[in-house]
Amino acid sequence: MARKLLLTHIDVPGINTFEVYRQKGGYVAVEKVIKTMSPEDVVEEVKKSGLRGRGGAGFPTGMKWSFLAKPEGVPRYLVCNADESEPGTFKDRYLMTHIPHALIEGMIVSSFALGANTSYIYVRGEMMPQIRILERAIAEAKEKGFLGKNILGSGYDLEIYVQPGGGAYICGEETALLESLEGKRGNPRIKPPFPAIAGLYNCPTVVNNVESIAATVPIINLGGEEYAKIGVERSTGTKLISASGNIVKPGVYEIELGLPVEEFIYSEEYCGGIANGKRMKAVVAGGSSVPILPANLILKTAAGNSRLMTYESLADGGFQTGTMLGSGGFIVFDEDQCVVRNTWNFARFYHHESCGQCSPCREGTGWMEKVLHKIESGHGSMSDIDLLWDVQRKIEGNTICPLGDAAAWPVAAAIRHFRDEFEWHILHPEESQTRNYGLAHYADPLQPIVS
Amino acid sequence: MLSVKQHNENVTFSPELLAKFGEVVSRYPEGKQKSGLLPILHLVQAEFGWVSADAMDQVAVYLHILPIEVYEVATFYTMFLLEPKGKYVLEICRTGPCCLVGAERIMGHLEQKLGVREGEVTADGLFSWRGVECLAACGFGPVLQIGPEYTFYENLNEAKVDELIDNLKAKTE
Repeated sequence: MARKLLLTHIDVPGINTFEVYRQKGGYVAVEKVIKTMSPEDVVEEVKKSGLRGRGGAGFPTGMKWSFLAKPEGVPRYLVCNADESEPGTFKDRYLMTHIPHALIEGMIVSSFALGANTSYIYVRGEMMPQIRILERAIAEAKEKGFLGKNILGSGYDLEIYVQPGGGAYICGEETALLESLEGKRGNPRIKPPFPAIAGLYNCPTVVNNVESIAATVPIINLGGEEYAKIGVERSTGTKLISASGNIVKPGVYEIELGLPVEEFIYSEEYCGGIANGKRMKAVVAGGSSVPILPANLILKTAAGNSRLMTYESLADGGFQTGTMLGSGGFIVFDEDQCVVRNTWNFARFYHHESCGQCSPCREGTGWMEKVLHKIESGHGSMSDIDLLWDVQRKIEGNTICPLGDAAAWPVAAAIRHFRDEFEWHILHPEESQTRNYGLAHYADPLQPIVS
Repeated sequence: MLSVKQHNENVTFSPELLAKFGEVVSRYPEGKQKSGLLPILHLVQAEFGWVSADAMDQVAVYLHILPIEVYEVATFYTMFLLEPKGKYVLEICRTGPCCLVGAERIMGHLEQKLGVREGEVTADGLFSWRGVECLAACGFGPVLQIGPEYTFYENLNEAKVDELIDNLKAKTE
């Protein structure tokens, strides 16, 4: 069995309560940092651990922390990004539902390191049940003296509050999240200044993903150097992977970074292979915004090496033949799935979720949705493929926040790797409405488009 | 954008509701009470089933902000219902991963079972349904949620949808 650090006790009954979590070694990291370490020591351990942001961007967490400005007399804030909205990603919901204290303990450790006395957990509004769970966990921790005034007699004060969002994907972008937390529309801010200088209420702020914050607990318990020994090269530690799509066992798995992709998909310990005895067609490895890869390229790199679940290996070959680990949202497509339809679906998502500030994204996502719908419903022409390519290229890199890139990449990758399928839709408009291109000679008839 | 039907002049915030508003506002530093806007709009929607322009005006007064600051937020976030809907609003995920495991089929079934199109209300006033974007439950799809507590119903099939709707009907009879 592979090593687990976050989900070690996931099967223990009552692990969602303070009592059981504590019995299993919970809050030892809080005792350790508060009684034996300085905030700088904690930052140093996280730096040594090599932990990279688990929300998608993969930026080193310790380095992000070290950028935090510390002017005299100005409060600093830690904000946890629990706005998990990237299609294919559901690990944070899983962690907060089953082991809420792992996040609360991580929040205390991280807040202590950053010198924050008030911290917020911004949870997407649809997760009301998880909000209740976290509020209960906070109340339990407070009752036991791990939160509130003078924690464990140290003189350190910390309050944690849970803030609901309103159902906007864009609020997963850290500056949009801060706007939302201030009670405004989720429009991303122009950077610089970065939140480390001017974040929440214009004060120095760190925004970290749920899983990154929870990972600080095993980092403190093991020590940064020990943590860094897990994994491969610059992909240290363990990662929660949300596995969905046409696999035998969808769910959340904790893997050691460096696991071969093939083992993750086909072994009984993880996904258990493709459902219903079908063959694999494609994989989106890191949430909807990363490039989709056909089966052959996800299992092996273009150079013929085994593809590993690491930041580096998944990105091997750049966007020509590689993809990204992203948030770890691993979506598997079987032979009967239609790449054109899925690309249209994702384009609709990004059009719906664009905040509308930047013209290339606001207009471009709409164009991509329309053109893809036209092709998928059998009315496309060959020039539409070039049009799509042109539009996505003009969005990428031309927007304030990465939503534009996130909308452009899936379209570009689908055309790059599955152009024959787009052309088939255009050359066989009637047939494309009765069957999928697939890998197979046959397929289930398509469902009518629900619009 | 706000039409006449979006008015509900009978909106009065009860002392219990106002106490909850007070608890929300206590979470932020002094002068930053506007941060409470989203939580308060959720409380308003849970209480009245939707967020009317009149309710927004009163929220603005409560938070010492302009009405436009409330309108622009309520219209930005898709969770806020700006007109009356059914007692139960079934929100089904329509994004890629759920579609790989049959969400579009389930949407068709919902439409047939309830006999209303997306966004409409059934004649008895009990149900509305709409497709929403990814609910972060991709491994357990197809999935739908029902507010105000946002209970999730996962791994849906036609039989489960029928049972859910029948149970909700029985509960209100």
